[in-house]
Amino acid sequence: MLKVKNLTKIYELGFISKKRIVAVDNVSFEVRSSEIVSLVGESGSGKTTTAKIILRLLPPTSGNVLFENKDVWKDVRRREDRIDYWRKVHAVFQDPYSSYNPFYTIDRVLKQGVKLIGINPSSDKADEIINEALEYVGLNPSEVLGKYPHQLSGGQRQRVMIARCWIIKPKLILADEPVSMIDASMRVSIIELFEKLKKSYGSSTIFITHDMSLAYYISDRILVMYKGRIVDEGSPDDVINSPEHEYTKRLIASVPKLYQKWTL
Amino acid sequence: MSSGLLNVIDVAAYYKQQVGASVKTIKAVDGVDLFLYEKEILGIVGESGSGKSTLAHVILMNIKKPLEFIRGTVRIYTGNNFLNLNSMSIEELRARVWGKEIALIPQSAMNALMPTLKIKRIILDIVKSHQDKVNEEDVIEKATKRFRELGLPEKAIDMYPFELSGGMRQRTVIAVATLLNPRILIADEPSSALDVVSQRMVLKTFYDLFRKNIIKSMIFISHDIATVRQIATDMCVMYAGKIVERGPTDDLVKRPLHPYAEGLINSIPSVEPEIRKRKLRYIPGQPPDLSNPPTGCRFHPRCPYTMDICRTKEPPALEVERKHLVSCWLYARR
Repeated sequence: MLKVKNLTKIYELGFISKKRIVAVDNVSFEVRSSEIVSLVGESGSGKTTTAKIILRLLPPTSGNVLFENKDVWKDVRRREDRIDYWRKVHAVFQDPYSSYNPFYTIDRVLKQGVKLIGINPSSDKADEIINEALEYVGLNPSEVLGKYPHQLSGGQRQRVMIARCWIIKPKLILADEPVSMIDASMRVSIIELFEKLKKSYGSSTIFITHDMSLAYYISDRILVMYKGRIVDEGSPDDVINSPEHEYTKRLIASVPKLYQKWTL
Repeated sequence: MSSGLLNVIDVAAYYKQQVGASVKTIKAVDGVDLFLYEKEILGIVGESGSGKSTLAHVILMNIKKPLEFIRGTVRIYTGNNFLNLNSMSIEELRARVWGKEIALIPQSAMNALMPTLKIKRIILDIVKSHQDKVNEEDVIEKATKRFRELGLPEKAIDMYPFELSGGMRQRTVIAVATLLNPRILIADEPSSALDVVSQRMVLKTFYDLFRKNIIKSMIFISHDIATVRQIATDMCVMYAGKIVERGPTDDLVKRPLHPYAEGLINSIPSVEPEIRKRKLRYIPGQPPDLSNPPTGCRFHPRCPYTMDICRTKEPPALEVERKHLVSCWLYARR
């Protein structure tokens, strides 16, 4: 469904003496439908840059992103095509607070979602869809509708973002650290929603995280990024049990485990 | 058993906020008992807003508005006598306790290093704020020795904070905080902002302090149970301003007794196959509003085993197994 081929992004800094930073270095991977793929790496490894290029927010230096056999950066040009693309490929970001405009109630992001699928946002049908979506993510519509973002907890805000995914029913969700600001006891309830979307609609998720434990739990496949490259790839158990690259080995050895104790 | 290095008895500290004409009271720490013995690393875990950091400040009696100390006793053993911190003034605490008996590494301390001063300068400033007469050369020599003991490069002393990586900065903070050899070290989320590789180095630095007997005991506060688990000998679980369970680390992680502790531990992902097998679970609902906490057990609205008594009466702490205490009615009348 999504093919990323030899993707490279180079940032140039400075005016007279230019400094080049290779953020993403010749990255290729594929995401099939109904698949949760995790992109794991430390800060600065190029995970978010890759996601931004896929989302069509940041142009690549070279390489292609193909979605349903169309080149995202060459074939998706007209406004309608772009809207259509964003309907199919949707993002959920780390800090749900910054995804909202604080001057509007949270109804707005949901109504925008309804509008995107071509339904009049002030119709009864729209209300029905919104209520259904909120219940699906475990929120009580009467408790959240009409509220401003600051009146909701972090978990509720992130759930509303996922309710929007539920309305739009994208084929691919890019989730960039979606639970890093949420308390441990609630995290699982959020990541399970991605699994639920996968089971109900065959939606795929690219799950971007620095947390190997979380990636291990949720993914069908893990890609380990390091210094802009994908250095390891495979099923969660393969990556954990037989990591190939030095970095992956070091990373796995350093991840604190619940039952196993290190000798310090 | 000796009475321990630190005894905290029934302390409560509330945040008081003026809202219009009325005062809003947030009961952040409400009736906490805590004992710390020599050679113990006590991990305190809990979610955001459970009162972990407030408890750290209460132990130091570092009470600043809007926080107010309501009741309780904080007593430390100083080698030959006891000091009641709750009856000392800020000046006395600063002169006799802070940094010397108990040191605190607050949250994101590594970002508090003044970027325009060399580490050397920062160390001197800190020592001068605790001692009247300071021989600068002695202090630097002592600091160099401490850096060496903790496996930090000595040249870091001559560098600026921004020249050091996050992990190095945090380890520098640890070395500096323990320069006066405090008996007890309290670290609040010391490794949370670091990547896992540096996190491990930081934990090792703490453990070196402990092993080399530079500090006698430690309190390690974090929301990350898997990290605390690696270093703590004993663990406390906090929920809504109270300690709900305390026990030896292995017992608590493998057989949590309190329903909240059980729910919390079952929600932690880890790269271990047994977790993929047993599946993670989560605790429905949200932590209570501490300005109006639930009656009885504070966990009862979210608890799967709620009984009538839980709604009305607060459960006492019971020693169910050796050194394993739990505050839950499930374990009361057996």
